Amino acid sequence: MTRVAVLAGGQSLERQVSLRSGARVRDALEQLGHDVIQIDVGPDLVDRLNGTRPDVAFVALHGRDGEDGTVQEILELMRIPYTASGPSACMRCMDKVLTKHALRDAGLPTPDFHAFSQTAFESLGAALALPAIEERLEFPIVVKPAAQGSALGIGFAPTAADVPSAIIAAFSYDTKVLLERHVAGRDLAISVLEGIDGPEALPIVEAIPRDGDHYDFEARYEIGRTDFVCPAVLERETTVRAQALAVAAYRVLGCYGFARIDLMLDPANDELTVLEANAIPGLTETSLLPQAAEAAGISFAAFVERVLGLAVARAPA
Amino acid sequence: MTIDETPRPSVVGVESRGMGQARTTARDLERYAGLFARRTQGMRSSAMRDLMAITARPEVISLAGGLPDTSAFPSADLAALMARVAADASSRALQYGPTEGIQELKSCIVHVMAEEEMTVEADDLLVTAGGQQVIDLVCKALIDPGDVIIAEGPTYPGAVPTFGAYEADVLQIEMDVDGMRVDLLEEALDRLARDHRKPKFIYTVPTFQNPAGVTMSLERRRRLVRMATERELLVLEDNPYGLLRYDGDPLPTLYALDGGEYVIYLGTFSKILAPGLRLGWAAAPRPVLEKLSLGKQGADLCSSTFSQHFVVEYFARRDWRDLIATLRALYRLRRDAMLDALAEHLPREAEWTRPAGGMFIWATLPEYIDTTDLLARALREHVAFVPGRAAYLDGRGAASLRLNFSGVGEDDLREGVARIGKVVNEQVRLYSTLTGSTPAAPRDRPAKRPEPVVGATRAQIVPLPRRAG
Repeated sequence: MTRVAVLAGGQSLERQVSLRSGARVRDALEQLGHDVIQIDVGPDLVDRLNGTRPDVAFVALHGRDGEDGTVQEILELMRIPYTASGPSACMRCMDKVLTKHALRDAGLPTPDFHAFSQTAFESLGAALALPAIEERLEFPIVVKPAAQGSALGIGFAPTAADVPSAIIAAFSYDTKVLLERHVAGRDLAISVLEGIDGPEALPIVEAIPRDGDHYDFEARYEIGRTDFVCPAVLERETTVRAQALAVAAYRVLGCYGFARIDLMLDPANDELTVLEANAIPGLTETSLLPQAAEAAGISFAAFVERVLGLAVARAPA
Repeated sequence: MTIDETPRPSVVGVESRGMGQARTTARDLERYAGLFARRTQGMRSSAMRDLMAITARPEVISLAGGLPDTSAFPSADLAALMARVAADASSRALQYGPTEGIQELKSCIVHVMAEEEMTVEADDLLVTAGGQQVIDLVCKALIDPGDVIIAEGPTYPGAVPTFGAYEADVLQIEMDVDGMRVDLLEEALDRLARDHRKPKFIYTVPTFQNPAGVTMSLERRRRLVRMATERELLVLEDNPYGLLRYDGDPLPTLYALDGGEYVIYLGTFSKILAPGLRLGWAAAPRPVLEKLSLGKQGADLCSSTFSQHFVVEYFARRDWRDLIATLRALYRLRRDAMLDALAEHLPREAEWTRPAGGMFIWATLPEYIDTTDLLARALREHVAFVPGRAAYLDGRGAASLRLNFSGVGEDDLREGVARIGKVVNEQVRLYSTLTGSTPAAPRDRPAKRPEPVVGATRAQIVPLPRRAG
């Protein structure tokens, strides 16, 4: 029996989602017969870890602190083995700007973009560059906070007049925003899970919103708002290409254990682009990774057990 | 959880479940989904609700709640009265009671309503589990899927999920400083009549409205009541705050003007005594009251007899007006503190209402600011409010916010408003940088306020989400 600390909750805006992921992981761990300690991550985290000395930590945090490498740094420091990616991969995934730079440097396709900090607008006159950017990216432009999951703060600007308020909205979530070329198409989520021979892509999940044209926060976490098709109905060649792209992105970003890569498939030219990577994707009942694992014949409990084993395997003896 | 009733939890934790229930899979969920009633489609969780959950953190100054200050009720007094209930009415207080409520409590309610110049007989009353239950029971008795409810825009956010659960279509009528625009209401009723649709009832909080803080003028009250009579429409008058007036003279309630013909009156002990008692009431025309009572039987048989006996004891041993006087003095100072702080910290482009009572101020920011996003930013400064969209079903209200001044002390109110001012000013500055426009000059005199505007574009009927067929 292993003593496992499930880290969930925390202070991020995705706290509620994390609590649901954590509760589900906890159930699975208990079912597997482990000794589970649930830790709601807060100022007493180090204290709680010192007091309980778990053999391994299952990180079920989303958003700031949990998914951005902060908690992972603490776990490294305390020499507690933990699930999923290390600090540097977490940082690269949490910050969409770093993600896209890393992908572009490695020659992987991602929609054209420009990123700015709040300082760039306030002190360096970046606003004057907006028309040039708008011309390059073409409308509609997608405006996103660099670091925020679950589609919070993402805005569409159909015209130049809509750009400033979309930028302000995005700055509500982070001090850095990116303006991205909008790619219309099919929303594909590819979960990657570490196997014996390295990372493997699981069956592709396609998210098809029932109403509206935009896969927003509500649609993501509510049963019955979005239809998920798994495995996605695609040409065999496209499936292979998409899965290979997801694994390549996973490697470039330095992920470990598991992660989810979100792609867009442009039906006009069959081109695939990487939108973002999630170092700790949602593990709730409506989340995509568990659905993909199930389609591959991997139960949630088996997934949890495998991920736990990977955490221990990585830890220095 | 409704936005209005979100007290800070003492323990934040995850419910633990036994091993046997650990087998939930996506496929199981599909199976459950097939069992859910159609009306659950109208019950939605939202990003806003998840954000609101964070406002319960102890370090956050929450101007988001709708909480009365229960510390004004002395705890020694509570203990003494509880002891009397135990001594005098133990077996009755522990027993079931009549669905419509115990007689002694109904006498107390007759007194409370008389305080606002309403004459009512005990037989016209139904005691409920808080005012919220009245909204639910009225919908249960009147609303078939697709029926129209008319409400104010913005409306009480806590009524929205109730309307949704009964699959009503909701039409929200714009307001100004004098409350619901009755002229627009009349136009809307004519338009509905042309489409052969008749609303079942008009839901209004005419006095110190939640969330807008405005009060319907006497002239509009008269006109609304006349309209209801002429068109044979019911009005649900939600009046939790009527006795919490800080300036000016009281206005007659719709119930008093109409004499209980077409007005269903909703009252509550939550704001004049304590919300933890969960006691409210309805006064309604007899045939309507009977249906409400049948609905209540099915819902919970009767309201807590224990709570009812406590209130009876309280009314017998104390002057119930004393606590209201205390609350009034307390909230008046808090309202003034908030109004001063708003004048000091919000930019010139912002406007807000100046309530003469109640618990809420409604502020409207420049249209390029979305207050749902702003809340995320505000939470980083440890302050919270209710984004305006929560008070609309049709997507309006994006630039507005509701601020509560009853639940937080004056120092925290000032600090909370200062923090909101900081993030709003930051966004105003950023916008002017992005657009090359100049923000309005800093406010010089807080007295030069423009007329507060509540609501904006013309109301649309909003069908709440539901599946066809």
